[in-house]
Amino acid sequence: MGLEKAFGESWVTSKMEFAINWARKFSFFNYPFVTACCGMEFMSTFASTYDIARFGAEFPRFSPRQADVLFVVGTVNQKMAPVLKRVYEQMIEPKWVVSFGVCATSGGFYDNYAVVDGIDKIIPVDVYIPGCPPRPQAVLDALVKLQQKVQKEKLV
Amino acid sequence: MIENLKHIFGNKIIDYVKNYDIDTLVAKKEALIQMISFLKNEEKFDFLMDLFAIDYLGYPDKKFEHRYEIVYNLYSFENNKRLILKVPVTEENPSVDSIVSFYSSADWYEREAYDMYGIVFNGHPNLKRILMYEEFQGHPLRKDYPLKKRQPRIDLK
Repeated sequence: MGLEKAFGESWVTSKMEFAINWARKFSFFNYPFVTACCGMEFMSTFASTYDIARFGAEFPRFSPRQADVLFVVGTVNQKMAPVLKRVYEQMIEPKWVVSFGVCATSGGFYDNYAVVDGIDKIIPVDVYIPGCPPRPQAVLDALVKLQQKVQKEKLV
Repeated sequence: MIENLKHIFGNKIIDYVKNYDIDTLVAKKEALIQMISFLKNEEKFDFLMDLFAIDYLGYPDKKFEHRYEIVYNLYSFENNKRLILKVPVTEENPSVDSIVSFYSSADWYEREAYDMYGIVFNGHPNLKRILMYEEFQGHPLRKDYPLKKRQPRIDLK
């Protein structure tokens, strides 16, 4: 655009929406709602081999009020469901939810009185990660997909 | 030891077998407190390893009338011996005396058996659900609890 020519190379012009979404997608504060064995793979994704910090999402906040992305990692049972809902409600906008592993996504092989068959019965979900448990590569793939989704969001 | 028990409790002992080298007793529930007291104080079974219930509804080749059994796994550190005590409980009156006063570890075991099977433990200090939420109806591990039954979720207060 013309502004860059007028002011020199130290200037960049962009759309406000693009810039804000770009900033958001590379600075996720996540809230790990870890209830089961999937948490091991989640930790592995954080560790140096896979290093989720490369995508700017390495900073877990253990208060939902400070978090952007809710990672629901593992089985959610009927007794836990209202707690998960409360945690989601406590997060401030904008917020996203990642369903990590088959148990969170659909209840997995638990088809019984105790387990919620999918957290989307309780809260809206943006990205689902299949696997029991998912490999760290799948988690990074989901994160990239979430970033793409965030980039496309409309602010108005 | 078993001769001793048979001598003291007589016809209160319904059955005795040795399974996998472990003494297994079946006894009437009226004699439970007396028997636990004897086993703990005289025979030095100082550790309650486990306590759980069994629902025999629809069990193939069932040779007895009662529906539930409460199973006590006892262990003696002093003699390095194990003993399994089974107490039959009927469907009409699913209750048995609590043994919390003898073994503190029975507290949560009995709450679990109450939660999952609806067995009432008389004299338990705090008999309420331990795993399921308070509003849950019924006892999910009973064989007549419908497999596909789901109950409404309760919001936090």
